[in-house]
Amino acid sequence: MATFFGEVLSVYSRAVEEDEYDDMTNENEEDEQIRREIEEKRSVDVHWLSQTDGGSVPCSDLIIAVGLNATGFISAYVLSSGDWTAVAWVSLWNERSHGSGRPDTAPGPGEPSCVLYQQKHSPSVLICQCSCYVAEDQQFQWTEKVLGCVQTRDLTVTVLSDCSIAEYKTSDYPSESSVPFLRSLRTSTHTGPVASPALEQPNISTGLAAAVLSHCQVQRIAAVLYQCYSDVLQPDSLSMQTYRAAVSAVLKLDPSPSADVLQKITRVSELQSNLYT
Amino acid sequence: MFIASGDAVPSFKGFTLIMPAVSVGNVGQLAVDLLISTLNMPRVGYFHTDCLTPMAGNNPYTDAAQLSTSAEVYSHSDLKLAVLQIRTPIIQTKVRSFRKLMVSWIKSSGFLRSVLLSSSHAYHRDDQQLDGTPLRYLLTPSLQKEAAQRVEELGWREMERISAFPGISDSEQRLYIPGGGVTKAFYTDCCTEDISMAVMLIFCSEGDNIPDAFALVNHLNDWLHLLEKPTQGSVQWRVPPSWRLLFGSGIPPLLF
Repeated sequence: MATFFGEVLSVYSRAVEEDEYDDMTNENEEDEQIRREIEEKRSVDVHWLSQTDGGSVPCSDLIIAVGLNATGFISAYVLSSGDWTAVAWVSLWNERSHGSGRPDTAPGPGEPSCVLYQQKHSPSVLICQCSCYVAEDQQFQWTEKVLGCVQTRDLTVTVLSDCSIAEYKTSDYPSESSVPFLRSLRTSTHTGPVASPALEQPNISTGLAAAVLSHCQVQRIAAVLYQCYSDVLQPDSLSMQTYRAAVSAVLKLDPSPSADVLQKITRVSELQSNLYT
Repeated sequence: MFIASGDAVPSFKGFTLIMPAVSVGNVGQLAVDLLISTLNMPRVGYFHTDCLTPMAGNNPYTDAAQLSTSAEVYSHSDLKLAVLQIRTPIIQTKVRSFRKLMVSWIKSSGFLRSVLLSSSHAYHRDDQQLDGTPLRYLLTPSLQKEAAQRVEELGWREMERISAFPGISDSEQRLYIPGGGVTKAFYTDCCTEDISMAVMLIFCSEGDNIPDAFALVNHLNDWLHLLEKPTQGSVQWRVPPSWRLLFGSGIPPLLF
């Protein structure tokens, strides 16, 4: 397809070709079994490291961090204080995250993973740091499983997520000095103060963050999402800073982040640029 | 699964359900947006399912901050009208379970009839379809009795069945809706499940599909009379604020 400017674009349709559906109607027992096995393989499970009685964990605040900046912020500003212990992890398998080889072994340090942490001196606060890719068809299940293991009464969920500024739509072009910035979305039952302006129409949130928020809206759980719009592809300390105000409403943060951890997170991007080294 | 947003569970007995198919140009979804926005319909519930990709945003029909999800149900009790808006694609491996879910919800809610707004690739039209209006309809056998006469009065055209093997044999005719997403399969489901359902579709291409949405929703209004048509001109549909910036942000000032 040629556009107004003459460049050739590959045409794709947002609707799927119907022939694929036709194929699925003549499937036999074997196909069905394969389908079942794939579904089983893609299932999401929460594993507790300590013995629990199987009931849901009492919790007043749950912070879920998704995306490079959000998980980086949690590592550098929150978990580095040493006051946190890992209590559970989420096992999942998909094309982009193969888990930790065996589904019953916990992920090692530095591996992409989903881990739940609990604060030692105030165990009612939980943090879920999700640094692995959760596929579209697993996001709903992930949300049900993770939120299913905490008590939802009087629970407030805070979701930290990030997004590229290229995805942000505004009638006036965003000026460079205003980036990175934070926008929020909250469920109807969330009435507390919010640390940033609301996300304007027609901007939306997608992926795991949206799955969590939708679940909370439907189940009437108070939840707020903070989405950081950044113009840097890799995690950077400036973008991470934007979450400070949002998280300090829930937790007491260290005045200075751990320089070591911060360096480790941001160095990954430095190494890739080796043009002059 | 349907979850009411208020404390009371709404009753849809005797209601007409209008829903879009996620199809080429998203015409059905745009048309449904126009309906909800113009009729100022309140949200009564969510269609919460793992078959759709998740999405969250603020209310698309006003500038007020109120969270909206990937599929929601709106209702207008005076018109006995319920509208399901679907805002995200169906996850490919879950198309079948989505159809099953829809069929069972329609059956259990007691809708009088359902209308599926859809679209199909314009470039797939064959010779007989190229001529005249791009709008087509399909009725399930159980709606045939009630609506067939009315549809004839309106001079609507039924979606043509085309030859399975064109040029070789015309004996085998089949329904072919390329780019229509679940349209054909859902229509077939409704036929076998004895559900009163009409498909209304338009042939279109990807691009600015707003004119197609207006054409489709006007066509629907000719049948259901949801809004009074003025003697001069056509119905004034209200474009929701979320349609702004459909083609991206403002232009960078440094360009000039």
